[in-house]
Amino acid sequence: MAILEVKNLKKNFAGTEVLRGIDFSLERGNVLSIIGSSGSGKTTLLRCLNFLETPTEGQIVVNGETLFDAADPATQAEAQLRKKRLHFGLVFQSFNLFPQYTALKNVMLAKELLAKERPDYRANRAAVRKEIAETAERLLTEVGLADRMNHYPHQLSGGQQQRVAIARALALDPDILCFDEPTSALDPEITGEVLNVIRDLAKTRNMTMIIVTHEMSFAREVSGRVLFMADGTVMEKGAPEELFGNPKTERLRSFLSAVRT
Amino acid sequence: MPFSTVTLRLLEGFGVTVQIFLITLAAALPLGLVLSFCTMSKFAPLRWLTKTLVWIIRGTPLMLQVIIVFYGPGLMFGSKAIPRLNAVLIAFIINYSCYFSEIYRGGIESIPKGQYEAGAVLGMTKTQVFFRVILLQVVKRIVAPIGNEIITLVKDTSLARIIAVKEIIMMAQEYITSKALIWPLFYSGAFYLLFCGLLTLLLRAVEKKLDYFTV
Repeated sequence: MAILEVKNLKKNFAGTEVLRGIDFSLERGNVLSIIGSSGSGKTTLLRCLNFLETPTEGQIVVNGETLFDAADPATQAEAQLRKKRLHFGLVFQSFNLFPQYTALKNVMLAKELLAKERPDYRANRAAVRKEIAETAERLLTEVGLADRMNHYPHQLSGGQQQRVAIARALALDPDILCFDEPTSALDPEITGEVLNVIRDLAKTRNMTMIIVTHEMSFAREVSGRVLFMADGTVMEKGAPEELFGNPKTERLRSFLSAVRT
Repeated sequence: MPFSTVTLRLLEGFGVTVQIFLITLAAALPLGLVLSFCTMSKFAPLRWLTKTLVWIIRGTPLMLQVIIVFYGPGLMFGSKAIPRLNAVLIAFIINYSCYFSEIYRGGIESIPKGQYEAGAVLGMTKTQVFFRVILLQVVKRIVAPIGNEIITLVKDTSLARIIAVKEIIMMAQEYITSKALIWPLFYSGAFYLLFCGLLTLLLRAVEKKLDYFTV
């Protein structure tokens, strides 16, 4: 069964149709890359999946549970939205770390706050906190930042900050981890360190991921499937060899030749 | 008139000055935050009401506001006069809350949207995002302008004498009328200067304390 099904997703902003009916599904452990020129709706799609935008129409189904249905207001209650978001993780283009906390605390904060809502938190506070700290340390080690745990975001390079952001998203154990152009704000020579981390997540953790990216060779290498979006629709989808090797539409051909030069 | 007698008398007035200062600050700092939320509210009537209040308060002299709070209720409703010091405190708290609210609003609006979104996708509630993520960044950004207002407040307390609250300037002025001495008035300036100097050091310490991160 697909871990994620997106059905006929539409989004209007003040009359402008940004998404015009997106359909796709994703299997557990798969990596899906979304490519397309800016303004094609890639980022809006990710933001809808993370409930940062409310879709105008359509459904989002995770593990068979309808998390969002534009036709059913009961699925849109603010209180439930919070819990539903936890199915997804999102790594932003501009990292968005919390500047007043160390790398370690950035990774721990949300989980600590969630733990406080558990009825048994008071009784086991020390143990719970220790476990959260250990998980955070393990994740930061995994992304290669064992020696930067107590640094503040401004003391870290862009690539390091983005790796902290990835660890922060992983800390909540999302079913699907989304990346919104994770290397676009980085200098070209350090995009590699972030891409390596994402590559490792796919290989060692078998993480289900959706990656909006302009790194075509990376998308080709890491993803099982690729979506090409244009004008708010999915223009082509398929295996990377197929899409990159044998583009069917003129739009994709011209897009690929434009990004390759 | 011996120097020590004048000093003691002025200190007595300065006690009132400091009292007005501290109570105004303690009330207006949190109240300003509440007002700033109201001016940013999604509920339009509340937004317009508070915006109008801020416009009126910032658009008229504090001295006039003190007079209106003290004499207004009696003239309009025939109610009994409230204690003079209370009238001063009410006027000052309202006035400073309005100024603070505008500083808070600027600070809150300057925090990038990404900070709220990062908190939201991590499953934090709006309250958690505000108090655990946003607030300290706002504080760091507004220490300087709030500090300016705090220093101004020290000297604004002298407006209390318009309704005969015996703060330090009023005490010093009494030497002019009763003893024809003007130097106590000049001398009172030293008290303000010293107090503002201390506050400047304190504000600098706060800024330094928040130096460990950048926004």
